Amino acid sequence: MSTTTAPSKAPSVRPLRRLGLWWDGVVDRYNRQPLAIKIVEIFLVVALVYALPLLRPPVITTQEIDFGGVMFGCAAYALIALGLNIVIGYAGLLDLGYIGFYATGAYTVGVLTSYHWHWPFFLALPLAIAVTMVTGVILGAPTLRVRGDYLAIVTLGFGEIIRICVKNIEWLGASSGIKDIAHPNSIGGGPQPPFDRGGLFDIPRLEWNGLVPSVDHDHPTAFLSFGAIDAVPYYWLLLTALILVLVADRLIKASRVGRAWEATREDEDAAELMGVPTFKFKLLAFAMGAAIGGMSGAFYASGQSGYISPDSFLLLFSMLFVAAVIVGGAGNRWGAIAGGVLVYYLPERFREFADYRLLVFGMALTLLAVWRPQGLLPPRRARRVQRAEEEIRELEGEGATDV
Amino acid sequence: MDLGALFGSFDNFLSYTAGGLVFGAIYALIALGYTMVYGVLQLINFAHSEVFMYGTFAVAWTFIFFHGTGDATWSLGKAIPILLVALVVAMLMSAAVALLLERVAYRRLIRNNSPKLIALISAIGASFALAEAMGLRDRFAAWFGLDDDLADYVSPDKARDVYSNPVTIQPHELFTIGGYGVTDVDLVVLGAALLMMLALDQFVRRTRLGRGIRATAQDPESAALMGVNSGRVVQITFLIGGLMAGAAATLYMMKIGSTRQNAGFILGVKAFTAAVMGGIGNLRGALVGGLVLGVMENWGSAVFGQEWKDVVAFVLLVLILLVRPSGILGEALGKARA
Repeated sequence: MSTTTAPSKAPSVRPLRRLGLWWDGVVDRYNRQPLAIKIVEIFLVVALVYALPLLRPPVITTQEIDFGGVMFGCAAYALIALGLNIVIGYAGLLDLGYIGFYATGAYTVGVLTSYHWHWPFFLALPLAIAVTMVTGVILGAPTLRVRGDYLAIVTLGFGEIIRICVKNIEWLGASSGIKDIAHPNSIGGGPQPPFDRGGLFDIPRLEWNGLVPSVDHDHPTAFLSFGAIDAVPYYWLLLTALILVLVADRLIKASRVGRAWEATREDEDAAELMGVPTFKFKLLAFAMGAAIGGMSGAFYASGQSGYISPDSFLLLFSMLFVAAVIVGGAGNRWGAIAGGVLVYYLPERFREFADYRLLVFGMALTLLAVWRPQGLLPPRRARRVQRAEEEIRELEGEGATDV
Repeated sequence: MDLGALFGSFDNFLSYTAGGLVFGAIYALIALGYTMVYGVLQLINFAHSEVFMYGTFAVAWTFIFFHGTGDATWSLGKAIPILLVALVVAMLMSAAVALLLERVAYRRLIRNNSPKLIALISAIGASFALAEAMGLRDRFAAWFGLDDDLADYVSPDKARDVYSNPVTIQPHELFTIGGYGVTDVDLVVLGAALLMMLALDQFVRRTRLGRGIRATAQDPESAALMGVNSGRVVQITFLIGGLMAGAAATLYMMKIGSTRQNAGFILGVKAFTAAVMGGIGNLRGALVGGLVLGVMENWGSAVFGQEWKDVVAFVLLVLILLVRPSGILGEALGKARA
């Protein structure tokens, strides 16, 4: 995509590239600082993100729906996108049935904490992750040997099979779903409606009148109390999980495993020749992605409403998750997070256009694939490759052939 | 599980088989679109299901145009004139959507030789956009202030609901095979599908354009050097896929009678399964795959129950990809001999 030869199309591409460069600049500037300042900055940013549903900044706060709930959804999508990014972005496997893993995690928690047994949530969570991981291995072991584009269709089928199964199996609640799923265990006493909010202590939130903030003591959030009224504690819990996964993701990507994934994605035969057992690493990526999807599903199931049904796991959401990763930039964890947040947040913020969201998503996906397949924030390596290719093309004077 | 339902009596077995064949014929016609595009470009045209869906709406619209919205039940003979018009309209509609798809979602990617996954993602996006555009057709009409004039066609506030053909075609039973009453509708569906397939098969094998398609499928570069216009071949491939999907849509509406904006999805996945089953890229394979899938699915729903029908199809797809990824008849459009 040469910018010199397509002046009419260039403006649509330029701002996106500038976004990428800007992000590079931010990362560079951050990396150049001494360690102490880095830690302080990270701490501040994390604190800000934690406090966001209480600060309720104007403009970005959703008016019609509970902002805490929206933030919870954003964090859930970010976690999913992060997991799917391992599968699509790192290992290059197109998984169109990711919702299947999400559903597996959610239903494991549902069955264990409400429908058949009454386990506490934090005991069910690791089991849900394990079950999903095993599901990922069982599904991946036979299918990862088929061609890449077939894999997409097989996973698509799997996502739909899971939904039809939970809808038709009585043991899993059939079409009426599972309700009263255990909330995470509150610390400092659970909420006792209507008067006792429980938790360790109350935190007030801000209310904005135009640009003037004031403290609103009428809607406090009880710290570490998980009830049905306030979504903010769930957001904090999920955000904590997200940060842990993010750290793990960073470590894995930088390790031998991450390099093996990258090699497999770029050229499977060459990787195999270099001694990378590609099948094993693909299976590992698939299982890890599944585990993170299952984790997100588990948090979703035990969320504010504590209710799941087969309709929460439509195949459509799989497509939205893929869209999140692709839009954000497959292979870049920050891109995936940004994509996940955008995909959830935009339709909630612009509720009046919510009917059009899938139409817009579809068109955006096509346009992105055609005009900017790397996504909004592609991994730096991809950007360097692109820049180098453009330089070569310019030197060779071939730009005009590719419009 | 109830094996007796299927194998208890030979009559049951025959009747499930015959019922499956009729649906299989429709799958086969849709599968042609997947197989042609895959044969030439090695791409999964994920949005082909929407091409089919637009065809089904074209059929319903044609009936509304000629008959109005009043519910009626006609025999096949009475409906045939409108059905023929509907066939033409649906084929044109589907072909137009297919060509649009090629232009918007694929052309640039094909020219740039982009990775296949990118093309698949582009197609997924296009599939969404097309299905949603149909589901939001009342809003679009409202933008132009036409929702009152076109109310029968865009069904304001109900654009996402099931959209039925006002004319129900009453099948007339001709004879029975093991308890399954074979109707004239069934015979027409099966016969028309076979006829279309035969015509297409001969077109690809005998005509000059068909030779171009086969040449491009075999080796695009050599074909281009031999003077085949590969861009044109790609367009024709999409055009043919669209025409066949339009025909499938007409037959589907004859048999089922109603559609909706997301009707394409499941049928599309099944048709793709059929294409893979028969050997993707192989025209005769699409027919075999479609019929086999239709029959197996019907058997499956007899044994496991109706609600597991889709699962049977998907499991079949997975099994085939694992055991024999090249399908029953083997792959490759290019290998078809003249």
